[in-house]
Amino acid sequence: MASYSTNQFKQGLKIILDGDPFTIVDNDIVKPGKGQAFNRIKVRNLKSGRVIEKTYKSGESVEAADVVETDMEYSYSDGDSWTFMNTETFEQMTASAAAMGDTVKWLKGQESCTVTLWNDEPISVVAPNFVTLRITETDPGVRGDTASGGTKPAVLESGAVVKVPLFVEQGELLKIDTRTGEYVSRAKED
Amino acid sequence: MLKKTEQQSWRPSATHSALCRRAQCLRQIRNYFFAEGVLEVDTPLLMPWGSTDPSLSNFFVESGDGVEPKLRGYLQTSPEFAMKRLLAAGSGDIYQLGRAFRAEQPSRHHLPEFVLLEWYRLGYNDHRLMDDVQALVACVVPGLSFTRRRYADVFFEAFNIDPHEASLAALMSCATNAGIELGQSASDRSLILEALFSSLFLRPDRAGDALFVYDFPVEQAAYARIAAGPPAVAQRFELIVGGLEIANGYFEVVEYTEQMDRHNEEKSRRDRLGLPFVELDPRFIEAMQAGLPDCSGVALGVDRLLMLGSMAESIQDTTSFNPYEEYGIGRNG
Repeated sequence: MASYSTNQFKQGLKIILDGDPFTIVDNDIVKPGKGQAFNRIKVRNLKSGRVIEKTYKSGESVEAADVVETDMEYSYSDGDSWTFMNTETFEQMTASAAAMGDTVKWLKGQESCTVTLWNDEPISVVAPNFVTLRITETDPGVRGDTASGGTKPAVLESGAVVKVPLFVEQGELLKIDTRTGEYVSRAKED
Repeated sequence: MLKKTEQQSWRPSATHSALCRRAQCLRQIRNYFFAEGVLEVDTPLLMPWGSTDPSLSNFFVESGDGVEPKLRGYLQTSPEFAMKRLLAAGSGDIYQLGRAFRAEQPSRHHLPEFVLLEWYRLGYNDHRLMDDVQALVACVVPGLSFTRRRYADVFFEAFNIDPHEASLAALMSCATNAGIELGQSASDRSLILEALFSSLFLRPDRAGDALFVYDFPVEQAAYARIAAGPPAVAQRFELIVGGLEIANGYFEVVEYTEQMDRHNEEKSRRDRLGLPFVELDPRFIEAMQAGLPDCSGVALGVDRLLMLGSMAESIQDTTSFNPYEEYGIGRNG
């Protein structure tokens, strides 16, 4: 079983704690003057996203997590699982609803997503930073109002609801930033 | 003057104003001790004997080829042994403002070579020395407010346990709740206390005030006197400012046999931790036999003091060049 010593700790290192995979987000060494050195780390649970703090006596070791991030294209969903494909090997993998989390609301098909695999099983999926989606439902626009800064809700074809400016219309294509969930601009038809 | 960038790694790691601040700080320290009538001393950095402290790691060096006699020795982790020899020889109050070497893992708050201010006051106990430390720190970093609290009181407030009396099981469950993983050392009382202490205080906090913690558990007495109590406590203090440990002070043990007992405790701790044997400086032992006068002593990290009241994110922002970077070693994390 692979393991890491505390002196290998750094941001991004993947470790197993209490049976779950974590990534190190911060590593600090604290050493009381006449005492032992400790590594204090902040770690994010790769399944739940929750961040916790742990302190290790320097020199201890921790089990390594076999975690890889890979780019895969979203193919389809049967409602219970989401199927992704490696566009080089055409290998397919399915992610559970738990692994998908909120990401589902940005996907309609063929997006290139970052899939995190733990022991070759998808545990989390991140949508592309920007997606282009069509509005399926929104209130009629206000003509000529392009500057007032008012917003209204719009339902997108993937199911997400975003705030959009008053002037955009049902049926239009929009560019959305999935990290913030915010409208960026109108998008051109292909 | 420009700071180091990735493209220009020859440049210093501190800004010009940080270097001016540093020079001013060194002057303020010397002015303080001059006004107090404390004698400045500068003892050798290279000595044939190293530190026996299990928590410190020595740098070992040797002279180059072709020159006889060959010298091998240790870059001093602190000037304690040499300064105590001066005290035993009748120097009176002394201070030293110089370099110290400690092999440590790179971090935001450690340099392998740093500026240490160490001083000793005859006839002072730990509380009077805290007054002295406070007066000096106030000269360099104005506007700090100081509080003093017993180790037991801060522990009781944070963890609801008495650090002097609590059972090992109670300490262990306290550590587990604080997310502390001790692995093989789970039954080491002193280590659990250190881990809890670190989790409580040693957290960067720019707004933090100055806190003296005193009356340490006897497990962490090192060379501090023990007051019989109950509870028995080590007459030792630490100054923590903004989550940084700035100074460590002791009401020094002066009785020869007790010093040797403490040294033997250090030795057995080194054995337990699997650390290499380091022989105690025989001239230091002779000086202790001759007799150390009643005194208190404190060591203060000057680079860390400079981090206070500045925007320094890292200790390297206070100094011209960071040795770790010169070796191409980045900080972890």
